[in-house]
Amino acid sequence: MRGVSTENGNGAPRIDIVDAGVDFPIFDAKSRSLKKAVLGKAGGRIGTESKVPIIEALRSINVSLRKGDRVALVGHNGAGKSTLLRLMSGIYEPTRGRSFVHGKVAPVFDLAVGMDPEISGLDNILIRGLFLGMTKKQMEARIDDIAEFTELGDYLSMPLRTYSTGMRVRLALGVVTSIDPEILLLDEGIGAVDAEFLAKARDRLFELVERSGILVFASHSDEFLADLCETAIWMDHGTIREHGPLREVLHHYKGHDVLAEFESR
Amino acid sequence: MAVTVTADDERAEGARPLADDVPGPRSWQRAFGDLRQGWRQRPLWGYLGWQDIKQRYRRSVLGPLWISISMAVIATAMGILYGALFQEQIETFLPYVAVGLLIWNFISGCILEGSEVFIANEGLIRFLPAPLSLHVYRLVWRQTLFFLHNLVVWVILMIIFPHPLGWTTLVALPAFAVLVANGGWIAILTGIIATRFRDIPPIIASVTQLVFFMTPIVWSYERLVSNPAVAERARLAELNPALHFVEIMRQPMLGDPIVLRHWYVVGVITIVGWAAALVCLRNYRARVAYWV
Ligand SMILES: Nc1ncnc2c1ncn2[C@@H]1O[C@H](COP(=O)(O)OP(=O)(O)O)[C@@H](O)[C@H]1O
Ligand SMILES: [Mg+2]
Repeated sequence: MRGVSTENGNGAPRIDIVDAGVDFPIFDAKSRSLKKAVLGKAGGRIGTESKVPIIEALRSINVSLRKGDRVALVGHNGAGKSTLLRLMSGIYEPTRGRSFVHGKVAPVFDLAVGMDPEISGLDNILIRGLFLGMTKKQMEARIDDIAEFTELGDYLSMPLRTYSTGMRVRLALGVVTSIDPEILLLDEGIGAVDAEFLAKARDRLFELVERSGILVFASHSDEFLADLCETAIWMDHGTIREHGPLREVLHHYKGHDVLAEFESR
Repeated sequence: MAVTVTADDERAEGARPLADDVPGPRSWQRAFGDLRQGWRQRPLWGYLGWQDIKQRYRRSVLGPLWISISMAVIATAMGILYGALFQEQIETFLPYVAVGLLIWNFISGCILEGSEVFIANEGLIRFLPAPLSLHVYRLVWRQTLFFLHNLVVWVILMIIFPHPLGWTTLVALPAFAVLVANGGWIAILTGIIATRFRDIPPIIASVTQLVFFMTPIVWSYERLVSNPAVAERARLAELNPALHFVEIMRQPMLGDPIVLRHWYVVGVITIVGWAAALVCLRNYRARVAYWV
């Protein structure tokens, strides 16, 4: 997608990130202003003034993923999980190093984004699908399936602003789980759906994961990760602390063998 | 530390190093790739552009007619007012003002919304991977739809006040294509700069307002130039690029003779503008996601 993967479809999906880093510039009112920038320079105070502070969100990232890889992404808040997912999706291009992503990417960061409150649920389904790389035809073929899954019925022809939060989440999940991505990137937010519906969504999510070539899933739910992933990446302060089999990485990250505890239950 | 699991047998085919064969963020390949990929997503921006239009008249009683009616009202009011002010014939001056406004609406729409094109789509840019140009195509498409919609006003005026339309009227088609192409570079260039420097959109808005009055839309350039007392000063209006853009479109639409001088100026601006926009796209395309 943007800048990173240029062609879709041909060849197996792959993600290659080499020595990549992501720096976020932190702007304030002053550094956001062209007037200030120009006047500042004219006044001869270039030095510290023009320097925008930077947050180094990711450092020396080396990852190589191929078709069939199902990777859990673990780490504390602020460790860089979401940023790494966005790097993989092509939303951010690395400020240092290189990244190459090949394949149709479906990132699920925030279920509400790309939803327009003024238009109907059906239109929103179509637009979201198009954004995720589907064609209009493909989406039309899936609408019945989505309608059934979301149980929204006649509501689908109503503007989205008439929906409750729960209904919106259903709609978004319905769309996301009906597409055929080659690279599926799931951020933690997706776990925050009401339990009853999630039980139903779970099966669809599993099927989706089966269909997609590469999965990277950031979550704090060990159970979910154990079900979906085989390997894990442990992010710590913007670097990859460990990348290996899920069980080992979770063990080191948590300090005890989490998966063994699941099995003994 | 970074222990990359590699089942080497499986990965052998894809294991070649990529640092050299992948174009960097600042490359022409990526910049043109962005434009190409955005173009390929026509169904998406085509649909979004329609939605934008529908949005605007969704809650009004008159629906789609509303856009054109409000346009016609403004044109009539201005035509009558300024016609009286400059002592112009209403049957030529009213269509002159209306067509000028029609064209100006398209131009100013591209400029004003262009500078906010990435800021306004912040959510989409930060959460869904898509080529930057997608937002630009959507914007220009939306403005095109508005223009076509307002064309009804032109048709009605041509019926009420017949003009010597003929084959040269068809020149309006390439002229509009040129306007559209210019809308593209303006949105890319000002959009990227304004995403970095947030004081740009208000500056652009005031400059555009000023340019409106300096462009012969509610006043006639011919009339001023033919007045020896102000002719010298009036010629300065030619320095205003908007004048040439309005003229290439308005002349065919009103059946006036085509003046090539305006086409030359517009041609140069189009080339220089696109060159600047492409350089900007090449160098800062990858930064926009960090700036919004
Ligand atoms: N848009 C942004 N602007 C500035 N800093 C950011 C931005 N996004 C993330 N960061 C910073 O990058 C670091 C990693 O954030 P994130 O990837 O969201 O962590 P996680 O998802 O693991 O909680 C944090 O220090 C955060 O403050
Ligand atoms: Mg996060």
